[in-house]
Amino acid sequence: MAIAGFNTSAAPKQSSTPLKTGKFVWVLLLPGLLYLGMFFMVPLVSLLITSVETPDASGAIGMYQYGFDLSSYQHVVIDYLPQIGRSFGYAFLATVFALLISYPLAYFVGVKLRTRPLIQKLTLTLVVAPFFISFLLRTIAWKQIFADDSVTMGFIRNLFHLDQTFHFLGTPGAVVWGLVYNFIPFMTLPLYTSLERLDLRLLEAAGDLYASPASVFTKVTLPLTMPGVISGTLLTFIPITGDYVNASRDFLGSSDTSMIGNMVQADFLQNSDYPSASAMSAVLMGVILLIVTIYVRRTGTEDLL
Amino acid sequence: MRNLRLGRFVLPVYTVIALVYLLVPIAYTIAFSFNDSKGRTNTLWQGFTLDKWLNVCVRGDICDAVGSSLLISGVSTLVATVLGTAMAIALVRYSFKARSLVSLSLFLPMATPEVVMGAGLAGLFFNLGTGYGYLTVILAHIMFCLSFVVVTVKARVQTLDPVLEEAGADLYASPREVFWRITFPLLLPGIVSGALLSFALSFDDFIITYFNSGGAVTTFPMYIYIAASKGVPAEANVIASAVFLLAILIVVGTQIGSNLRQKRIMAIK
Repeated sequence: MAIAGFNTSAAPKQSSTPLKTGKFVWVLLLPGLLYLGMFFMVPLVSLLITSVETPDASGAIGMYQYGFDLSSYQHVVIDYLPQIGRSFGYAFLATVFALLISYPLAYFVGVKLRTRPLIQKLTLTLVVAPFFISFLLRTIAWKQIFADDSVTMGFIRNLFHLDQTFHFLGTPGAVVWGLVYNFIPFMTLPLYTSLERLDLRLLEAAGDLYASPASVFTKVTLPLTMPGVISGTLLTFIPITGDYVNASRDFLGSSDTSMIGNMVQADFLQNSDYPSASAMSAVLMGVILLIVTIYVRRTGTEDLL
Repeated sequence: MRNLRLGRFVLPVYTVIALVYLLVPIAYTIAFSFNDSKGRTNTLWQGFTLDKWLNVCVRGDICDAVGSSLLISGVSTLVATVLGTAMAIALVRYSFKARSLVSLSLFLPMATPEVVMGAGLAGLFFNLGTGYGYLTVILAHIMFCLSFVVVTVKARVQTLDPVLEEAGADLYASPREVFWRITFPLLLPGIVSGALLSFALSFDDFIITYFNSGGAVTTFPMYIYIAASKGVPAEANVIASAVFLLAILIVVGTQIGSNLRQKRIMAIK
């Protein structure tokens, strides 16, 4: 199921039949496009408008009126700078770890298990298994595994001769651990798709031409699987920058690990400070669009969908 | 020789370790659904019991939350699947202007952090003064499920040979008949995958739901989030484990089924 979401099916058949033309295509497209326009684009515009609103003349909490007030942007960029730094820092680290863990795994499943289709599919199911159990509960499972008084932590302290006060929960390490775990299938699946389609004869040819295994990997395998690396890193990095569950105090973080999402949630749902929540969201979205554009230009893959 | 050893030994062992890492929290969650815990907290192992599985609805609030989740995911999936399937067919089979614009508008929701979509939509509902409830949550879920349905179904449309439809038309089937008797049955596996993915995404969504429920609706993930500060009862583990086992059963069953079918086709050939 989730597997098919990332195009793991066989390579598309190239057909010589010309594409259909005519107006009927709009009957198929318009309902979905109108829906996205209304419930995706309009909210983003509304977000931008809200982000420049100014407190109501009455001064009541949660009441704002239209204005062109950029002070919310000034407030979030200055006061939430640590959260902004953490969001992108944690997302970067978690994406790198997810890539390093996923690539060999996806290689084994996508290349080495090719001769055994059923085992390959069943292993892939295990890879995406975390998707099928509640996101919040699997995070709570890690929280309890790493709890200060847990068996695991006692074992780790003894193993590395650490001080009894050593703890992991609530540290940036624990947050990154959770982020890697929760988003790793988003990395493994696109990598698997690329590796599964890799033509092994090219690797053999490189070997026949006396390329060392290392240069076969860096000059043939890796470049050919770049589309998977790119979509995997984007599908991991982007949602992580906006995640706030892992960094929350009730999950793996502490007040010292709060991310952008924690601030948006607090401003929107607790403080009714809609302009600040909107400005923070707009900044996040802006930075992401900038990163994605540069990244996609650099790596040269424009057809992501 | 070194390369051979790497392939034969290191990679399989590595894969097993990676899979263990992926499965640890799942095993933990399932194990603690059998924990004989008292009250809400379910952090220490108190002994094995089937009680929580047999009396999962003792805490009515959990089953209410699951009911809300099922309703929201069901309706959202239905709408997202219909809209998404139509778009997927259009994208693969038709030539039209503004293709890149359509692709971009489908890609953007997948490239937007949930917190931005959640706050944006909730802000819109606030500005419009509509209030919050099932409807606002469902409208939000359809929005973020739609792109995933399109991607999934599109992959299936691409593997479909147009020759089959042409053959139908040559045999005097009307376009309507061609669609319902040839295209649709062949697309069905892709549509079902898209719908299941959409359902899974919707059922497990927390962030967007939290912003757009306004406290009027409590879904299963929201129940867990709210309970997290006081302790999540074992009954929540029961629900999550049951959903997990059901999903795995469906996926593995489908895989074994298609494997057997393939073997039979091979045997005939």
